Amino acid sequence: MMNNQQIAEDIVIKFGENAHSFEEPWGLLTFTTNRQHIISLLEYLKQHETFRFNFLTDLTGIHLPDNQGAEFGVIYHLHSLENNVRIRIKVFLSKDDIHIPTATTVWPTANWMERETYDFFGILFDAHPNLIRILNIEDMDYFPLRKEYALEDATREDKIDALFGR
Amino acid sequence: MEDILIPKNTSDALALNRPIVEDTEYTTLNLGPTHPATHGIFQNILKMDGEKIVSGEQTIGYIHRAFEKIAERRPFYQITTLTDRMNYCSSPINNMGWHMTVEKLLGVKVPKRAEYIRVIMMELARISDHIICNSILGVDTGAYSGFLYVFQEREKIYEIYEEMCGARLTTNMGRIGGMERDLSPTAIAKIKDLIYNSLPKAWAEFEKLFNRNRIFVDRIVNVGPITGERALEYGFTGPNLRAAGVDYDVRVMEPYSSYQDFEFDIPVGHNGDTYDRFMVRNQEIWESIKIIRQALENLPEGPFYANENHYYLPPKHDVYKNMEALIYHFKIVMGEIDAPAGEIYHAVEGGNGELGFYLVSDGGRAPYRLHFRRPSFIYYQAYPEMCKGVSISDAIVILSSLNVIAGELDA
Repeated sequence: MMNNQQIAEDIVIKFGENAHSFEEPWGLLTFTTNRQHIISLLEYLKQHETFRFNFLTDLTGIHLPDNQGAEFGVIYHLHSLENNVRIRIKVFLSKDDIHIPTATTVWPTANWMERETYDFFGILFDAHPNLIRILNIEDMDYFPLRKEYALEDATREDKIDALFGR
Repeated sequence: MEDILIPKNTSDALALNRPIVEDTEYTTLNLGPTHPATHGIFQNILKMDGEKIVSGEQTIGYIHRAFEKIAERRPFYQITTLTDRMNYCSSPINNMGWHMTVEKLLGVKVPKRAEYIRVIMMELARISDHIICNSILGVDTGAYSGFLYVFQEREKIYEIYEEMCGARLTTNMGRIGGMERDLSPTAIAKIKDLIYNSLPKAWAEFEKLFNRNRIFVDRIVNVGPITGERALEYGFTGPNLRAAGVDYDVRVMEPYSSYQDFEFDIPVGHNGDTYDRFMVRNQEIWESIKIIRQALENLPEGPFYANENHYYLPPKHDVYKNMEALIYHFKIVMGEIDAPAGEIYHAVEGGNGELGFYLVSDGGRAPYRLHFRRPSFIYYQAYPEMCKGVSISDAIVILSSLNVIAGELDA
């Protein structure tokens, strides 16, 4: 049986200060790393003999415009099916330098997950085989889930704001 | 003799005044977006070498409705209607999964009776989803009668949903903290009739028609196999993964809503081909029937909702008489309740696999970020690999057996 404490210690021994901000919201071990080490961290966790985090559950993004220098986050959820343990890894990127290596070399399932994250946030995944939009139309020129884009079409003239509570 | 007249290259063709035939060119065939055999709107541009498929390029997003962006504006109880419309063949499962995520965030403990009612509704939804998938697999191979007979059972499930929440397809069932109403005597009678009388008979008949039918088995055995390891690499979950031999089921691994009280088996296949996926879903219907019987027989007495005043609407007669209830009613409906901050990932076993909800709350009335981990989106990536070297009819059958639901694909 392994618990979050052991996993955290093992990761710190191997990666040192490249893995930091450990916390356990609702029992799920969460920590942050940087983009230079994310792929080697994912491979380490996947091939570890005891932990065996062999399943990539989810890969998604988040936009925090108030964090200067770390506005965009990429969030990985891994799952060890043999030991029934989940883990969450975050990588933060600045909006001026929004690159991160692709995880498709580790898991092929990351392909579409990264395309969706690119489509919604504009995060560029280096060496992705086919990084184009997946859910929105190709000629859309903005990234809709960024916080600066409003939910509704701002160019509409037929809606009277006062009647909609704005 | 015809070889002399079919030139091998362009200059020979021009010299012999024959048409230019390039025999290394692949045909491009457009399967979709609207096609009677793809259940939903998604496109596959197939490159074919004669009758065999060489590669496929997929385009999805025809029914993308921006749920994740819309959810950032809505109070929590209004997001349930968005979750309905993801996997619309089994919407109660999506609804309950969302309610459980919010209850985990708030720390609400749902009473046992509500949990058992939720289990009954989720298993009915799973039965409904598998009925659709398997009978339509039959239709895609040309056998229409099976579909017609078992869809009557699905109609009965719709009537049970209507008793419970008022709607048939997009159910918006349950509330944060429990259910909106108790199981009425009519609903219990209908469920009992379905589970003890009509569904076992209809499903046994369906299995007798299909399981060992020579023509059907020849069409689907060894079609589109995938190994367990490859399926795990592609993020498969649910019946597709279990058909490949890996017995991962969220209900057993991380039991939620009292699933640990019930005894049921997880059917697992060998090859991961279409026949295994079909048989796994068949057997899962029997297991769901088992679970519903156990839940009905052991249904505990008690309240069907938790005392979470900030999120569960008070009864109407209290609102008219009691000041406190009126204030809670006002605050809930006008969306003035702030949720605690935090980030949560909660997964339930949907009809297609692990349906996950990643919720980041910043302490406001709506989520800061809500992401749905949709199983159809994730395993549909493997479709071109599964279709290499098969003919079109096999490709249709593989697509049917994967049970890709367009609403869940795009969200």
